[in-house]
Amino acid sequence: MEKCDGRMKCLRVCPTQAIRIRNGKAVILEEKCIDCGECITTCPNEAIVALTDPLGERSRFKYTVAIPSPALYAQFGRSILPDKILAGLKKIGFDDAYDLAITCGDTSLAIEHFLDEYNGPKPLISNCCPSVVSLIQVRYPQLVDHIIPIKLPKRLAAREIKERKAKELGLKPDEIGTFYITPCPVKMIAIKQPSSEKECYIDGAISIADIYDPLLSALESEDEGNYRKSLESVCILGIGWAVAGGMHRTQKLKNVLDVSGITEIIKTFDDIERGKLQNIDLVVAYTCPQGCVGGSLTMENRYISYNKIIRLLETLEEENIEACRDKREIRERYRQKYFHRQQKYEPRPIRALDEDLGKAIEKQRKKDEIYDSLPKIDCGICGAPTCMTFAKDVVKGDSQLSDCIFNIPNRLRELTSELSNLLDTFGSIGESEGQKSSKEK
Amino acid sequence: MVSHYDLSRTFEIKGRDFSKAGYVSINIKEILRELGIDPVIVRRVAIASYEAEMNVVMYASKGEMALKLNPKVIQITLEDEGPGIENIDMAMQEGYTTATDEIREMGFGAGMGLPNIKKNADVFELKSTVGKGTSYNIVIYLNSKGNV
Ligand SMILES: Nc1ncnc2c1ncn2[C@@H]1O[C@H](COP(=O)(O)OP(=O)(O)O)[C@@H](O)[C@H]1O
Ligand code: SF4
Ligand SMILES: [Mg+2]
Repeated sequence: MEKCDGRMKCLRVCPTQAIRIRNGKAVILEEKCIDCGECITTCPNEAIVALTDPLGERSRFKYTVAIPSPALYAQFGRSILPDKILAGLKKIGFDDAYDLAITCGDTSLAIEHFLDEYNGPKPLISNCCPSVVSLIQVRYPQLVDHIIPIKLPKRLAAREIKERKAKELGLKPDEIGTFYITPCPVKMIAIKQPSSEKECYIDGAISIADIYDPLLSALESEDEGNYRKSLESVCILGIGWAVAGGMHRTQKLKNVLDVSGITEIIKTFDDIERGKLQNIDLVVAYTCPQGCVGGSLTMENRYISYNKIIRLLETLEEENIEACRDKREIRERYRQKYFHRQQKYEPRPIRALDEDLGKAIEKQRKKDEIYDSLPKIDCGICGAPTCMTFAKDVVKGDSQLSDCIFNIPNRLRELTSELSNLLDTFGSIGESEGQKSSKEK
Repeated sequence: MVSHYDLSRTFEIKGRDFSKAGYVSINIKEILRELGIDPVIVRRVAIASYEAEMNVVMYASKGEMALKLNPKVIQITLEDEGPGIENIDMAMQEGYTTATDEIREMGFGAGMGLPNIKKNADVFELKSTVGKGTSYNIVIYLNSKGNV
């Protein structure tokens, strides 16, 4: 935050009004933040940085495994295929690299099975973007039951890797470090505080942006190899996870709605909350436009990397390459509840104006009064994104009315009258010393 | 019926203005959320007020919606100027609609609005004068869980 010069760009882009400018610097209100990364993308000074672990973290472990989000593959597309990228990751210091697309593919199949037998409230909403899950918990608490209760691929993968490698190498599971290569800060936060599952098997996250340069140089020295063979190792179902609409397309799911970008998601969730879209089975939502390829910690332009994934999918489709795990095996695992989340998603509703409804109503009225007295131009100088949020901050006691510059005339008037009172008092000093000392007490 | 309300707000709704359609019910929802009202109730109010709002947008020329509430009860009233409803019993039936093809192409007019309001409200009264307008009275009680 040192680099923040209070330009307030982030203030306006935050979809949950979680940013305030205090003493000339941006602060994030944790309870409202859904980790969507919009502020990171917009900040001209790169002052808001994601808390991803630096590469150095790896030295804590005896054996390290990189687990890249399929969004990493999207940076390179058809020109450098996943198996080469995994080899590159090993060159830059990981002992192993795991193709997460395979587990994403498994999970796609599990989702299909789940949809087949589901008969609860519709539509279901995907949980692949943790920021979407937070948005629901914070803004649509009534929709938590719509979130699909299927585990996330990166968790499943990390757990499997730890168990398998521990056995193979004769190490303890916690001597094996699993590192997720992430397109966004969200996944990092979800790793650090797994809101859901008791244990987390991912030890750290490294952003795609941080790893990009070293990886690229490692890839330059990589020999060409057999392109066809590389292509034949790509799991088409998992590759689709990097882009909005990808899962839908590769798995030919019927009745799925793909939504990306926070504004569009909010519109869609408003509709679901009103009981619409019940004819849809699943809404797959990504807060980043175009999906994870649009993540704030990626390198390539999101439209270009989106295209790169689509081209790759087209090639795989033309060549009839699937390279995913055996469907029967997945069905068996699904039956054994391998993919099911045990814990429910809990709502995380924002703090009410007051715990007592009567008092909250009173504050709501007070807020209206304050709002009416404001200029309603959302200038942001008070540090709040809109005059309305400012009024709310004032009734909650988080801000003072005098923080609004349009209240300065009033404040001046108050000060002037105080001053003239003071002068009156002093004016009478000469007349009676006794009076003054009594006033001083 | 409670006659004293602690909070009262009114909202204008323009007929045929689909670009703004839904805003009033979102506003109402936000107010209730800020008050810390039970999410289950917030959702019921959101559904009922949205359907009422949409009916003004679809069928009337303009309307005014009011939200009134105290710690025991939430009341939504709506008065519109429009064609009115000839046969209220019929209008209340599931699937009954007079929506034009054009409106249905936009994804509205499934004939479920009024039945949904009824389902979500504790009290729902509908009055109408053909050629003049329609008025809705929707009441939802806040039980002891009203404030979480
Ligand atoms: N405010 C209104 N003004 C005029 N007609 C209305 C109004 N509200 C409802 N109606 C009539 O009642 C019918 C049923 O309404 P509703 O159950 O909401 O279904 P829908 O809006 O899908 O048609 C409408 O098609 C319309 O003919
Ligand atoms: S869409 Fe993907 S990259 Fe963007 S916030 Fe969600 S999970 Fe992260
Ligand atoms: Mg209707």
